[in-house]
Amino acid sequence: MPRLNSIADLERHRSELLAAHDADTPRVTICSGTGCHALRSDKVHEAFVDELTLGGLDGRVDLLRTGCHGFCERGTIVTILPQEVTYLQVKPEDVAEIVARTVLQGEVIDRLLYRDGDGVGILREDDIPFYRHQTPFVFGLNRFIDPKDIDTYIVQGGYAALAKALDQMSPQQALDEVKAANLRGRGGGGFPAGAKWQTTRDAPSDVRYVVVNADEGDPGAYMDRSLLEGNPHRVLEGLIIGAYAIGARHGFIYVRQEYPIAVENLSFALDQAHEYGLLGPSVLGSGMAFDVRVHRGAGAFVSGESSALMCAIEGRVGEPRPKYVRTSVSGIWGKPTNLNNVETWATVPLIIDKGAEWFTGIGTKTSKGTKIFSLVGKVNNTGLVEVPMGMPLRQVVYDMGGGIPKGRAFKAVQTGGPSGGVIPERLLDLPVDFDELDKAGSMMGSGGMIVLDEDTCMVDTARYFLNFLAEESCGKCVPCREGLYQMLEILNRICTGDGREGDIELLEEIVETVQGWSLCALGGSAPNPVISTIVNFRAEYEAHIREKACPAGACKALISYYIDPQKCQACMLCLKNCAVGAISGGKKLVHVVDQDTCTKCGTCFDVCPSRFDAVVKISGVPVPEAVPEGTQVTRKRGGANE
Amino acid sequence: MSEVALIIDGRSVTVEHGTTVLEAARRAGVDIPTLCHVEGVAPFGACRLCTVEITRGGRSRLVASCCYPAEEGLDVQTESEKVVKGRKLVLEMLLARAPGTQALQEYGKRYGAQVDKFRPDPSHCILCGLCVNYCAEVKGKHAIGFIGRGVERQVMFVPGAAAEECFECGACFTLCPTGVWPSNYGLARVPHFS
Repeated sequence: MPRLNSIADLERHRSELLAAHDADTPRVTICSGTGCHALRSDKVHEAFVDELTLGGLDGRVDLLRTGCHGFCERGTIVTILPQEVTYLQVKPEDVAEIVARTVLQGEVIDRLLYRDGDGVGILREDDIPFYRHQTPFVFGLNRFIDPKDIDTYIVQGGYAALAKALDQMSPQQALDEVKAANLRGRGGGGFPAGAKWQTTRDAPSDVRYVVVNADEGDPGAYMDRSLLEGNPHRVLEGLIIGAYAIGARHGFIYVRQEYPIAVENLSFALDQAHEYGLLGPSVLGSGMAFDVRVHRGAGAFVSGESSALMCAIEGRVGEPRPKYVRTSVSGIWGKPTNLNNVETWATVPLIIDKGAEWFTGIGTKTSKGTKIFSLVGKVNNTGLVEVPMGMPLRQVVYDMGGGIPKGRAFKAVQTGGPSGGVIPERLLDLPVDFDELDKAGSMMGSGGMIVLDEDTCMVDTARYFLNFLAEESCGKCVPCREGLYQMLEILNRICTGDGREGDIELLEEIVETVQGWSLCALGGSAPNPVISTIVNFRAEYEAHIREKACPAGACKALISYYIDPQKCQACMLCLKNCAVGAISGGKKLVHVVDQDTCTKCGTCFDVCPSRFDAVVKISGVPVPEAVPEGTQVTRKRGGANE
Repeated sequence: MSEVALIIDGRSVTVEHGTTVLEAARRAGVDIPTLCHVEGVAPFGACRLCTVEITRGGRSRLVASCCYPAEEGLDVQTESEKVVKGRKLVLEMLLARAPGTQALQEYGKRYGAQVDKFRPDPSHCILCGLCVNYCAEVKGKHAIGFIGRGVERQVMFVPGAAAEECFECGACFTLCPTGVWPSNYGLARVPHFS
C-alpha cells in the first residue's frame, strides 16, 4: 500500500496504475450490487474464478466485481472488454461458454444479449435503450470500479478533485464553487448546499461536523445504497472536500444497518483511505486533519430527518427536535453540523473537477445537474436511471422504463416516496425538477418513482403510504401521531366500503393541520399522498364512498368475481385452480362462484382463457343471481372448448 | 443580556434575548394553552397546542411558541383563525384518546371542540412526556421512558430504576394531566414492587 504524502504522490501513483494497465488484457466485470447479489451474482463470480483457473487463465484475465449498474430488471450484468460486449441475466451455467467463446475467441453469444423491439441483439451496454437516454455523470463510474479496491477508483481519476481543491483553492473558493454550481440537496428538500455549507462555516465554533445521510428508507428507492455500495470513495471524496471547505475535522456517515453491503464496502473504503493518507492527521500531506466515523442506524425511517439523525449519532433516541435554530448552527452536541445526502456528496467532486460552469450547463433554470431516479412499480425496465434535471416524465417512464407491462394503461407516478404525491397522466410531459414537482403537488424527495397502472386504486395507494408513515412516525407530536392514525382509520373504512359522506372533507381538514402543525418534515409532508390523490382522483374516492365501488378493481372488500353463464364453457380451469374450493360446476355444467367462500384472490380471473373471458370482476353493483345448479353450458359456435 | 421587543396580540412586550415566545406571552399576561410544558424542563414541543401564528417581513407561519425564541420585531397572534382551527382539531383528536381528562375538556370548551368527532379509542395517556422529562431532567432518575413509536408509543416504567426510585418519589404523579399515570403505578406496584 503506497502512502500518499502529497498531491504529487497521488498523481505518481495514478500514472503507475495507468502504465501497469494493458488495454488489451481481457476484462470481465460482474455487477455485484444488492439487486444482482439477490440474483446470485456471487455464484456467477465464483464460476468465473473456477473457469479461469481451470483454463490456466488466472492472472491473464482481469475479473472485476463492480457495484450496481442500474438495470436491475436484467441482472446479473456481465461486461467483457476489450470487446465491450454486455450480457444480461447471466447465470452460473452460462459462464463456461462466455469464457470459451467471448473471452477467448471474441465471439458474441447472441442469446445473452439485450434484444430491442425488433429482436435485434444489442452489443454495448450504452446502446441499450435503458441506458442510451441517460447521462450517468454521478452513477456511471460504478461500472468500472471494484468498490473494495481504491486503486480502481484512482485509475478512473479518483481523488483528483480533492487534490485540485487542496492545491488550487482556498476553503472559501471551494465553497464558492459549490455555491456557484447551485447544487441543491438530493435528499428531499432541495435546499441549496452551498448556502448550508456557508452557514456552517460561518457559525462561531471551534468544532464543526460534516455528515453523510445514508438513511435512505423510502419504499422502492435505492439510489443512495447503490452509490454507497458501488462507489464509496466518490462519496468520501465529496465529504473530504466539504470538510475542507467548511473547516470540519470530523465526519459521520449515518448508514442503515439494513444495507449490509454498503456498510461493508464503506468500511473497506475508510480503511484504505486511511492507509493511503487520504484520511487522518494530514490529508494528502496538506496538513488538514480529517477523520470519519460510520454510525449504523438501527432501523427507523424518521432518523433520516436531520435533527433525529443527529440525536441518534449523539447516542439518544432518534427523534426530531424543533429546528428553530438550524442544525447548521447548532447540530450534533450543539456544534455547527452540515448534513447532506449521499448523492449530494457524490456530486461534489464533479463540480470541483469540471467547474460550476459545466455543472450549471446541465438541467433547468432552478435545478442544476443530473438526478438519479429509482424507477420501479408497473414499468417494464425496473432500475436506476440518471438523467438531467428537467427531463419530461414521459421520457423516463417510456423511453427508459419501456412503458407499462402487459399492455395496461398508465395511471400515475408516485414521486418523492411516501411523503411525495402522485403525478397523473395529464402531467406526463412535466419536466422533472425540484420546483415543477412541487408545483404539481408532489416533490422530488430522494428520487423514487413508483409507476402505477390502471389496476392500481388511488385510495388504496394513499392508504398504503399512510400505513407506512403511521408505523414510522416517531409518535412524539400529536398532529403527526394522532392525525396519521385518524386519516388511516378513514382510508381503511373507505377501502372496505364503510366510507361516509363528509369523509373526504374530514380528510382535507386533518391534512391541513398535520401539514402545518407537525414538529418535523416527516409529519409536515406525511399527508401528501392523501391530498394529492384527492386532488387528482377525487372521483375515485367518491365512487368508493357513494357507490361502494372500486373503479380500479383493487379493493377486495368492494369487488366480486362472477362467472358469466352465457360465456362459461365449463373448461374446469378456474374450478381446479381455486385454492378455497369456492367454484362449483362440472363437465358441461356452468361454473358458479360461491360468494361467501370466495377470498377474492383473482386466480379464476387470471386463468380463464381470454377466448372465453367468462370470469368478470364486478364492483359497485350487486352480483347477479347464480344460475341453478346443473345448468348446462351454452356452447360457443364451433365448440370452442373441445 | 440584550433585550428584544416583540408584539403579542397587539401588545408590545420586551424580554431578554433567548426567552421563548410562550414565556414572553405569559409575562405579558397572554394565556397560551399547553399540555406538555412545565417550568424547569426543557421545551419538548410535542403537544403543539401552544402553536401560534408569527409574522415577520410580511410572511406568516405557524410555530410552537414553547420552543420558538422571541425575536426583535416579531408579530405574534396567539388566537388567529388558523391557530384556533388547528387547536380545535388537535383537541378533538386527543379527546378520542383521553376523554376524561379535565384539561382537555376545558380547552375543548374554549375552542369549541366536538367531543365525539372521532371514534373514541382511549389509551387515557396523551403522551405529553411530562412525567418522562421531569423524571430525567429534574430528578435525574430516568425511571420512566417511552417505548414503541407512532401509534404504538407508550410510557413505561424502566423496571430496575422504577422499583428503586418511584416508591419514595411519585413527583410526576401530580404533573400528569390525565391521571392515568398514577393509576398505572398503582397497578404496576401490586405484582412488582411490593
